[in-house]
Amino acid sequence: MPISLLLAVLVALTVAGFYMGRSRALAGFGGKAVKLHSLPAYYGYYVALWCGIPALFIVAIWLVFEPSIIRALLISSLPPEVQSLPANRLGLVINDVRNLATGNATSVTSDPAMRTAASYYAHLKFVSQVALAILAMCIAVVGIVFGRQNVKPEFWARNRVEKAIMVILMVSSTIAVLTTIGIVLSLVFESLRFFARIPVTDFLFGLHWSPQMALRADQVGSTGAFGAIPLFAGTFLISAIAMVVAAPVGLMSAIYLSEYAPRNVRAIVKPLLEVLAGVPTVVYGFFAALTIAPFFRDSGLMFGLNISSESALAAGVVMGIMIIPFVSSLSDDVINAVPQSMRDGSLGLGATHSETIKRVIVPAALPGIVGGLLLAVSRAIGETMIVVMAAGLAANLTANPFAAVTTVTVQIVTLLVGDQEFDSPKTLAAFALGLVLFCITLVLNVIALSVVNKYREQYE
Amino acid sequence: MTTTTQIPATASALKHKRMEQFEPSVVARKVSVFYGEKQALFDVDLDIGRHEVTALIGPSGCGKSTFLRCLNRMNDTIPICRVTGKISLYGKDIHDPDIDVVHLRARVGMVFQKPNPFPKSIYENVAYGPRIHGLAASKAEMDEIVLTSLDKAGLLGEVKDRLTEPGTGLSGGQQQRLCIARAIAVGPEVILMDEPCSALDPIATAKIEELIDELRENFTIVIVTHSMQQAARVSQRTAFFHLGVLVETGETEDIFTTPKDKRTQDYITGRFG
Repeated sequence: MPISLLLAVLVALTVAGFYMGRSRALAGFGGKAVKLHSLPAYYGYYVALWCGIPALFIVAIWLVFEPSIIRALLISSLPPEVQSLPANRLGLVINDVRNLATGNATSVTSDPAMRTAASYYAHLKFVSQVALAILAMCIAVVGIVFGRQNVKPEFWARNRVEKAIMVILMVSSTIAVLTTIGIVLSLVFESLRFFARIPVTDFLFGLHWSPQMALRADQVGSTGAFGAIPLFAGTFLISAIAMVVAAPVGLMSAIYLSEYAPRNVRAIVKPLLEVLAGVPTVVYGFFAALTIAPFFRDSGLMFGLNISSESALAAGVVMGIMIIPFVSSLSDDVINAVPQSMRDGSLGLGATHSETIKRVIVPAALPGIVGGLLLAVSRAIGETMIVVMAAGLAANLTANPFAAVTTVTVQIVTLLVGDQEFDSPKTLAAFALGLVLFCITLVLNVIALSVVNKYREQYE
Repeated sequence: MTTTTQIPATASALKHKRMEQFEPSVVARKVSVFYGEKQALFDVDLDIGRHEVTALIGPSGCGKSTFLRCLNRMNDTIPICRVTGKISLYGKDIHDPDIDVVHLRARVGMVFQKPNPFPKSIYENVAYGPRIHGLAASKAEMDEIVLTSLDKAGLLGEVKDRLTEPGTGLSGGQQQRLCIARAIAVGPEVILMDEPCSALDPIATAKIEELIDELRENFTIVIVTHSMQQAARVSQRTAFFHLGVLVETGETEDIFTTPKDKRTQDYITGRFG
């Protein structure tokens, strides 16, 4: 029985469990209508939970362990000379067996030993599925019976259901947390492999980035240099340019929208501004590479400046435009959160509108605005597409915005794109870069959130 | 000061004395206020005496706060609000094109219902007004203004050691006196108070009422209040508003003892409101 069908049956059983539990509660006990502790539907939910949760749990556990158990059984059935193969070769053989069993074309169709293995594999798979289906349905039915037995007038079904709901919600939130931990761990372990080959200090403080490694011993040059400083310098240069564009424009548009704009203008302009956030970054990339960069190069020539066609300036300016909505939307929210009584107090003392904004509203909203700016910075640091297209790949250590620079994210992309072997420092470097980038944005986010939280308490 | 320190022979003698002294600082004629299509105030005529406390009383939504906000043109900050009629401050129409609303609000200060100190230090809260109007030429002058204003608001003794601490850290009553100090610091002629005690406990309220009585010496005060006892305690003249109409105005003791209008009588005796 395919898994999807099994799941459908389990859902049907769960629904049936609900109605059985409820009807039992509604039918009364011993023919008399008695006072129930909870509403009848809660008895239904209670039985349904007993039916669905254990069965689904078993299915999940089964599916997790099934492949490794089948693999172990398969290996033990293979001829001994195959079993003694090194791990990666053995993996290839098992892949072939699997492909043969599912009918995909392979190179070993004619080998009788492989055919036997394939039919054994198909057999194991079939047994496993049947066993799972029977086991899951039995558990579901047992759950219904057990739950239904508990349906008694004095039984506190509502409280049990409340508790079960809490557990389900908790498990859901745990999944998000576990995923984050998993991402971090995968970064950490790959980074550790990288740092086993390249010293941490070379990576963090090296001034030269040239990740090409020699593939063969006799190859010329290309010993690889993994100093990440130029990458981080490029990242910060571009982010700084982006913030120089986004902070004033975003902040001032937020002030205009929240303080000056008539309601109907605000209703149109605010969504339009937020559309900027919805433009795919790759489109910003075109814009930067095809429109802004040539424009800067040509206007630079007019002033006698030599601006390269892939420049930190073009990437930074376009990235700044991209994060304007972040800054303006968050600032707009915090400016609106400043109580009207502050404005009245200031206006009542004879301050003008702009004096009120400058001396009361912006200072009062400043922690929130700073929080918004920090979130925008972490967005800018993590941004990839625009810089890939507009900033170039040359790892120059420079503060000159007219030169081509490269960023951490761009290098991660170039290190991992294409056919790569995953045991060379070149590809592993991507994980180390990712880890450092993750730490930086994490710290920025933590600071931003704590600043924003502090702001929340201000008027309480 | 004579009216408060001398014990008059009879109430009518005191009243007579006050009638003679009466000189209005603010004169409102046919003032109407519209919020969009809706009319909130109908042809109000009211004279507000110089260096007196005038109480505006009436049930919720009767237009007393709306009228108060006309006097320093705070209603200008509400886009849909429209004010007609004539209000003059010492004979000069406050809607005259050559009156800058910024200067008007420096002359007619305002204290709000909920204490609203800025999230700045106590010193900076008081210095805010003088600073935007350029009233102090030096740090020493500013210190002088701040300390005098805090003193006049009866707050100096409580805060003189912590002028750099945030104004939002004070208690509710202290915050409201800080707001009064902030209004005084600009050197206004008239102070408008919009239910200044409604968010305060009885002890803080008593302090503010005492302060209002002292401030009367130097300032003309208009106070909106929900509490008739408060109106009776602090004001010399009372105006009763009902449904956007000024029903009756006169000496506070007359209003509370011998109201002429049936509606005033009903409100004062607690039959509605």
